[in-house]
Amino acid sequence: MPIEREWEPLIVAFCCNWCSYAGADLAGTSRLNYPANVKIIRVPCSCRVNPLFILRAFQRGADGVIMAGCHPGDCHYTSGNYYARRRMTLLFSMLDYMGIESGRTRVEWISAAEGGKFAAVMNEFAGAIHELGENRRLGDIRCKNYQK
Amino acid sequence: MQRIGVFVCWCGSNIAATVDVAAVVEAVRGEPGVVCAADYQYMCSEGGQSAIRKAIEEYGLSGFVVCSCSPRMHEATFRKTAAKAGLNPYMVEIANIREQCSWIHKDRQYATEKAIILTRAAVAKLNLNTPLVAGESDVIKRALVIGGGIAGIQTALDIADAGYEVDIVEKSPTIGGKMAMLDKTFPTLDCAACILTPKMVDAASHDNIKLYTYSEVDEVSGFVGNFTVKIKQKARSVNKDLCTGCGVCAEKCPSKKARSEFDQGLRNRGAIYIPFAQAIPNVPVIDRDACIHFKTGKCGLCAKVCGAGAVDFGQRDEIVTRQYGAIVVATGFRPIALDRLGEYQYAQCADVVTSLEFERLCNAAGPTKGKLVRPSNHEHPKTIVFVQCVGSRDTSGCGKEYCSKICCMYTAKHAMLVREKYPDTQVYVLYIDVRTPGKNFDEFYRRAVEEYGVHYIKGMVGKVAEKNGRLSVQASDLIANTQMTLEADMVVLAAAIEPDPTARSIGTMLTASMDTNDFFTEAHPKLRPVESPTAGVFLSGVCQGPKDIPETVAQAGAAASKVIGLLSKEKLVGNACVAGSGETLCNGCSACENVCPYGAIEYVIREVSDHGKRELRRVAQVNEAICQGCGACTVACPSGAMDLKGFTNLQILAEVDAICR
Amino acid sequence: MQVSEREMAKSILRISGVDTKKCMKCGKCSGACPAFGSMDIHPHQFVSMVEEGNIGALLESKSLWNCLSCFACVERCPRNVEPARLIEAVRLTVIRRQGANHLKPEEIPGLLDADLPQQAIASAFRKYSK
Repeated sequence: MPIEREWEPLIVAFCCNWCSYAGADLAGTSRLNYPANVKIIRVPCSCRVNPLFILRAFQRGADGVIMAGCHPGDCHYTSGNYYARRRMTLLFSMLDYMGIESGRTRVEWISAAEGGKFAAVMNEFAGAIHELGENRRLGDIRCKNYQK
Repeated sequence: MQRIGVFVCWCGSNIAATVDVAAVVEAVRGEPGVVCAADYQYMCSEGGQSAIRKAIEEYGLSGFVVCSCSPRMHEATFRKTAAKAGLNPYMVEIANIREQCSWIHKDRQYATEKAIILTRAAVAKLNLNTPLVAGESDVIKRALVIGGGIAGIQTALDIADAGYEVDIVEKSPTIGGKMAMLDKTFPTLDCAACILTPKMVDAASHDNIKLYTYSEVDEVSGFVGNFTVKIKQKARSVNKDLCTGCGVCAEKCPSKKARSEFDQGLRNRGAIYIPFAQAIPNVPVIDRDACIHFKTGKCGLCAKVCGAGAVDFGQRDEIVTRQYGAIVVATGFRPIALDRLGEYQYAQCADVVTSLEFERLCNAAGPTKGKLVRPSNHEHPKTIVFVQCVGSRDTSGCGKEYCSKICCMYTAKHAMLVREKYPDTQVYVLYIDVRTPGKNFDEFYRRAVEEYGVHYIKGMVGKVAEKNGRLSVQASDLIANTQMTLEADMVVLAAAIEPDPTARSIGTMLTASMDTNDFFTEAHPKLRPVESPTAGVFLSGVCQGPKDIPETVAQAGAAASKVIGLLSKEKLVGNACVAGSGETLCNGCSACENVCPYGAIEYVIREVSDHGKRELRRVAQVNEAICQGCGACTVACPSGAMDLKGFTNLQILAEVDAICR
Repeated sequence: MQVSEREMAKSILRISGVDTKKCMKCGKCSGACPAFGSMDIHPHQFVSMVEEGNIGALLESKSLWNCLSCFACVERCPRNVEPARLIEAVRLTVIRRQGANHLKPEEIPGLLDADLPQQAIASAFRKYSK
């Protein structure tokens, strides 16, 4: 029986290559700190993020999912983040209807120059997920791997 | 099944100090698809790259994962390594365990665990990679330069001399920018007009350069190598082809109420005017807001006296559409407004002027014909106080946080010029620091102090007040530890400079990123200072950051060289990670076509073979040359037919699964 | 209890909320100060002395009482250092000691004159005593 550690939240972050991923890199270059619970997936634009990816993450056991893109008006592909914003609004509405805590998903606009903001947002989000606790409502126990 | 090699980089101690690289290697050895795993001190070095090449040969690898710094740093490097070893360059994935792991987290255990997870995600993605080939596109051999100051002119001349066509779009009626307003330039005290006007003439007469003055960029579409730009040529109300530049219209114009922009508002001008005598093109423009004819329908004197019949009151704005391969931004700067710095009484006292206004007062072609007089009573000033850092280095919100860079030098220049011309005038400079970073700059400033007797006092001005017709300047002298009150006839404020206000709208049109001070961001602050992160957009001059003329000309040449490099290519290698539609799944709904920001998707009727049945269907077709790979279409597609190569649905799901395991 | 100068400097920074490291030594505070002439230690020196922990001289200075609390230095400082808050914090450090009120009620009759407004007495008490 593996030794049970105190529960640590699993947070998946979808970051767009041109702004938020670069902002995350800047946070690293500036040696800022944020929790290791956050794992970043690079996408070309926030508009690449299909709400199904987010639901998949929750199904597989993620406790929080955050999508970070360019500030409205600054998208490298002009309108990508507008689409992302609309899709996320619908997703949040659906999750709310299903009774999922609204604090588990978030959208943030972080530019390539905002390393500080990236770290601050991740710190705050990780804290919020810690408060909310483990994701029980959307997790699929068939997907849980007990031999971590 | 793939044969994947995993290479974990130490990056010296940048990664290895926090992440147990050996543990990462061991942890991923057993991952599906992995046939070899190793660590190395500097993966990106020749040694590291040859280790990868050897492993590819030895293990027959079909792809590899590098766990290292950010892909934004070295993805291109490792793609080249793959290509050299005979692999498709897109069979490479990077796990960012430096900027997004070892540099962020201090705990060795957590950092190592996270590095393992990120590596697993990269391996899971690579298992689903397929070889990709980048498409090619043409390059239009013409460049657009936005802004006709010294930066724009120099860039255009360099590009034109290399044999390529260039258009300069300038929003004011003449090219020349701020440098045309200057009297002398530091550190050589050259006459600004004497060194600028030959360049202006060259730009106007060069076979490869086309000037669009009194024009603005209205709309930009397209991408690197293929930009389509709409230029709005504002109506001058004067026919350029007929005008002889005689200037009689400007002389006779009865409306003299408008303030001259060129002379910083220090004198009036007519409604029909030429900004300055050496303007290029030497064609006047009518300021319709000040023109009696346009306001009341009367007058029309200029049209009557024009010998060439060039005045055309009916002229309208015109839109010209042109194609370009590259765009250079050279929008320049202006001094800040001083309304939040009331302590200097700039708005209240005519004798408190900005340095640019002072420059015009000294200029022989300026409002006082070069005679330095007090604006209030036109008397000769016997004491002048120069105040530095007005609105610069200011974090209180009343000004700009940055140092404007040019003010210490131009104030030394002003001080010296005054002392030379009027040895009886006392000159004081109140400063925080004197910044003289260029070649011969410090020697220049010391001349002002030692040869010309300019009084440099370290301390700032607390307030300026009008007293008995003169100006009472209260300031601290930090070295003497006293507070002094200087009785001055003129106070010159070295106001901070900020980017031209049109910069933000240009930035949005080009999707070129800007910082919080509205300066354009460079692709890399040290290694790529003249390129915007947006491909095909380059930066020249103060629009990228405060700088003096020698630096501007240097940067203009650098931007030109990047443009020339781009335009000289026969074909541009495009983006390999483009969208593609599976025709058997496509239901012809047009959802993807409607969301594509580039109009890269069209619908065609094609014969599709599906489960043995052959029929004609309306399916989506992506133009790979135009597709920029954003992925908006993939999510809009209701049938899952549309996918993005390099970031496929299955690949991203595999990454999510690997992370959430 | 003897409090070291270092400790006093820390307490002054805590009371005032000022970050003395932000000062760029420009001297604009002293340039704007209307009471400069009657001070022995001037606003720009105040900030630098607190930064260095040189509190002894500050506690004895005349500046604490001659500072008008006009806040011109706060308005004009380009780095938001707020020297007036620093001076106020040092003033409080002095006044808060036992029996160290700078203005005692017995002194008032001797200071009165026909032109002195009531408001001046009230604000003097607020500033010079605890």
